[in-house]
Amino acid sequence: MLIPDNLFYTKDHEWVKIDGDNAIIGITDFAQSLLGDVTFIDLPKIGLIIKQTKPCATVESVKAASDVYAPLSGEVLKTNNELTSHPELVNKSPYESGWFAVIKMADETEKNLLMAPAQYKAYIESSQKK
Amino acid sequence: MDTSFCSELVCTPLIDKHKELGAKLAPFGGWLMPIQYNSIIEEHNWTRMSAGLFDICHMGEFAVEADLEKSNLDNLVTVNLKVMPLGACRYGFMLNEQAGIIDDLLVYRISQSKWMIVVNAATTNGDEAHMRKYMNSATRLENISASTGKLDLQGPRARDVLNDLIGGDIHLRYYTFGYFDLLGEKIIISRTGYTGEMGYELYMPNNKIAQLWEKLLADKRVKPIGLGARDTLRLEMGYSLYGQDIDKNTTPLEAGLGHFIDFDKEFIGKPSLVKQKQDGLSRRMIYFTALSRRSPRHNYHLFYKDEDIGSVTSGSFSPSLGVGIGMGYVGRELIPGEEIILKETGISIPAKVVNKPIYKNGSAKCEVKNAYTR
Repeated sequence: MLIPDNLFYTKDHEWVKIDGDNAIIGITDFAQSLLGDVTFIDLPKIGLIIKQTKPCATVESVKAASDVYAPLSGEVLKTNNELTSHPELVNKSPYESGWFAVIKMADETEKNLLMAPAQYKAYIESSQKK
Repeated sequence: MDTSFCSELVCTPLIDKHKELGAKLAPFGGWLMPIQYNSIIEEHNWTRMSAGLFDICHMGEFAVEADLEKSNLDNLVTVNLKVMPLGACRYGFMLNEQAGIIDDLLVYRISQSKWMIVVNAATTNGDEAHMRKYMNSATRLENISASTGKLDLQGPRARDVLNDLIGGDIHLRYYTFGYFDLLGEKIIISRTGYTGEMGYELYMPNNKIAQLWEKLLADKRVKPIGLGARDTLRLEMGYSLYGQDIDKNTTPLEAGLGHFIDFDKEFIGKPSLVKQKQDGLSRRMIYFTALSRRSPRHNYHLFYKDEDIGSVTSGSFSPSLGVGIGMGYVGRELIPGEEIILKETGISIPAKVVNKPIYKNGSAKCEVKNAYTR
């Protein structure tokens, strides 16, 4: 299970890459492996204000549709249009070409609610033991 | 994967094989079964292109002895047993008095008075109880599910694979079966399936099912396929899944399966079915394709011109067509080509009504040269 060192994570298996005032978001390798083949992604509209922990996108796999929760609050600046025709990029490259959106962070302190890589790793391991 | 819940669920005899292959396992019909090995889409496409191997050990089998002169077995199923040739398989139903579907099933005619009836996993015990309640003393039923393993081999290359395994030519027409020597057993192989592709169902005693699984998987044309792809394959064909598309509250006519009913014979539920035919249907099954990759799901509402006319029973992404597909019951007549919208809170999927099969290029019925019916 890939958990890059330079990212932050949520309990719902989204990742965040901080880039100055902006944040790039997506779903983790663990999330994509649970979902299986991703077949469709409903991305937020550019300009939309998303709120931390609230649904901001939908990912569909063959089996089901699942909500993606905003890891941070902010305005959507850019979304990954490639995912419209190639949703499988989320399976193949969840942290690189499978990114979802870039947001302009509204509140820096929200980062404190995110997990560091080691924490996220431990979180996955404990959830798998259940 | 924690399999301690095997105590509540029945584990397929191939559970260790599935674990070795890294399958994701999940409960289905009271059994712990493989859902996928790697990717549902890849497994689906492999079955349409080559040959997929499915562990179907969960399904139930009854061995029935019934001389139709004295037995009332014919009355328990919609299949017209009296006109079935030896070596034929027929699809049909067990109905209750209201014509609700107790189960959908396959009947095999083994001899003049011997039959095998293949039923769904979750309904096996209920079916047995129903049959024992209605059958007369000239009917002998044995539930052989626990000792009978079943593998499905499906795909355009399935015949070549089986020919190589048997060392001969399998010669089976669509919906017929025969006995074949394999691993020291005489086993039933039928030219049937649930994928829309040319293929076979193999019935092997449970103690040798792992050996058969290994032998078939040793062929490079064959890959293991989980129940996830089995579901997308059958949905592309518009085949009903018991418990989801059909159940005790639906009739074969509502489910669009009336052509499998022989009204020239008597069977439990027939008067209700005849009455429904005369009165007209209050709902019927339709099939549809979405205009995008976005896929409808079970229980999404079905709208026609702003009117809520029904709901989706099965919905999924179609790997063969690259769009969402599904089926569901509606309260009015719709013709192919008509536009509908599938809705759920915050989701609205435009779709159009189509005839089944939704996927048209299946190889299931392609005839084999020199094939014969016994």
